[in-house]
Amino acid sequence: MNPLNRTKGDKAFDAVNVTLLTLGCLLVLYPLYFILIASISDPNRIFAGDVLFLPKGITFDGYERIFSDPGIWNGFKNTFLYSSLGTAISVTLTITAGYALSRTDLVGRNVIMIFLLITLFFHGGMIPTYLVVRDLGMVNTVWAMVIPNAVGLWNVIICRTFFQTSIPKDMLEAAQIDGCNDLKFFSKIVVPLSKPIIAVMVLFHVVTHWNSFFDALIYLNNDSLYPLQLILRNLLIQSEVSSQMIGDIESNQAQLAVAEQIKYGVIIVSSIPLLILYPFLQKYFVKGVMIGSIKG
Amino acid sequence: MVSIKTRKPRLHKRLLRNWQLYLLLAPTLFYFLVFKYYPMYGLQIAFKDYLPSLGIWGSEWVGWDHFVRFFQSYQFWEIIENTLVLSLYELAVGFPLPIILALMLNMLISTKYRRFIQTIVYAPHFISVVVLVGILFVFLSPSSGLINHFIVLFGGEPINFMASPEWFKTLYVFSGVWQGTGFAAIIYLAALAGVDPSLHEAAVMDGASKLKRVLHIDIPAIMPVSIIMLILALGNLMNLGFEKALLMQTPLNKESSNIIATYVYEVGIQQAQYSFGTAVGLFNSVINLILLVTVNQIARKVSENSLW
Repeated sequence: MNPLNRTKGDKAFDAVNVTLLTLGCLLVLYPLYFILIASISDPNRIFAGDVLFLPKGITFDGYERIFSDPGIWNGFKNTFLYSSLGTAISVTLTITAGYALSRTDLVGRNVIMIFLLITLFFHGGMIPTYLVVRDLGMVNTVWAMVIPNAVGLWNVIICRTFFQTSIPKDMLEAAQIDGCNDLKFFSKIVVPLSKPIIAVMVLFHVVTHWNSFFDALIYLNNDSLYPLQLILRNLLIQSEVSSQMIGDIESNQAQLAVAEQIKYGVIIVSSIPLLILYPFLQKYFVKGVMIGSIKG
Repeated sequence: MVSIKTRKPRLHKRLLRNWQLYLLLAPTLFYFLVFKYYPMYGLQIAFKDYLPSLGIWGSEWVGWDHFVRFFQSYQFWEIIENTLVLSLYELAVGFPLPIILALMLNMLISTKYRRFIQTIVYAPHFISVVVLVGILFVFLSPSSGLINHFIVLFGGEPINFMASPEWFKTLYVFSGVWQGTGFAAIIYLAALAGVDPSLHEAAVMDGASKLKRVLHIDIPAIMPVSIIMLILALGNLMNLGFEKALLMQTPLNKESSNIIATYVYEVGIQQAQYSFGTAVGLFNSVINLILLVTVNQIARKVSENSLW
């Protein structure tokens, strides 16, 4: 559209539009920015309300305390394990199922789809699922963190749509004439051609696993298995800052202040891996949502 | 006329020819059987007195007892009201905002600035619920939180937000808006990107203002997507973001934060009343299912857009 043709009304519209969007943007950004500057500011000045736009009395004391805490490290280690193992399992199941369902010559395809779709509308719910996991002996094991939520139907559908639109039928026929079977075709041709959707799925699952806490809450009661998010919850929400972190400080008041600073720091520390991934995350997530929205 | 019969191979032959595809599918089907369908079988404990030693099948039938107990419990109306009010509040605020945001972004002239804004508004989506609620707690802390500093600065009294039942729902809804609006707008942006530019050009020729174009071109263009999203949202009305509600719950705000899902967790998991918890959960699912079917039916009648 030629901007020269804009009428007065359009100019007013644009001015209001840009202003509102900029304001909204600041509203989203400021809390994140504040956490960052608060995490490196002198806790007493945060308490006094001094810190608003710039860090005051810069100190990395909070981070030192966080990184010297063995609980946090253990949480990172567990989350890393659950994320990598869980993602490997989930992506494998999602991609293989998505591919099989994308094949129009699969006998019973519609019946299988209905079998899967029913679970979107009706499910056993929290307690019966918990009982299944418990009866399988998964409680307090790594498996409780990676198996019960391994497959999301929505992701299977996204993959199916991708395979349907990007793997030409002729290719399969050509391969079949050359004597290629389905498994070989899948591993030698489909997988290498599907790197974009695999990347989307890997990122989806890494983020889900990194952020998940509820499975840990109900299936784990041994703190050596706790993922980062559960440790964060105890620290941020239940305010259980370990004495190891602040035990050397004598006055109660100062302990409270440092505990607050640790909270800001821990928000940053726990989010760093996702922040590093963010440029990829954003792009691939948008792609995934788009593929998913084309066709149900 | 001679008709040539092309005989389809027998079913079991076709199945055999597909065996490798079934092999690829098998783990996922097995997963659905164990973790989705077997829990449905387990739902029957809502009508039984489940004893782990007797198992799901062996436990004794008690009929509707658990449901009756739930309906008659003193918390019943409080929980139903909290669940409904919170859902409707969230829907009323959270549903239109992504649409408005998408329309506004779509009308921005500078694509660079548009991409910049998108990068920022998507970001909170990647924050975990735990961190989101953690941020609420530190920002709203009565002694050290940023918000209360402002309140005091302007001569007010500090408010203990997380301990006040009257604040719970607003905090829940607006923290969700902060976290989710940008990301939820993607689907509408995709729909808007599909609008034929010649429609806009023709409208400009006819002297339509930007506002008119939004009203008469863009909004009709995203109606089908919006209706589908609305049906899904209404069908999920009672299925609130349970993790967030649980995390935000404190003993002091419980009268307004106690929703069906947190109640199921409390009685079912924490107090190990498996049968009763299952009954409450089943009640919730059935209501959801009824809502989804009803809303879909209505949508099909009035707008020709429906899920099925």
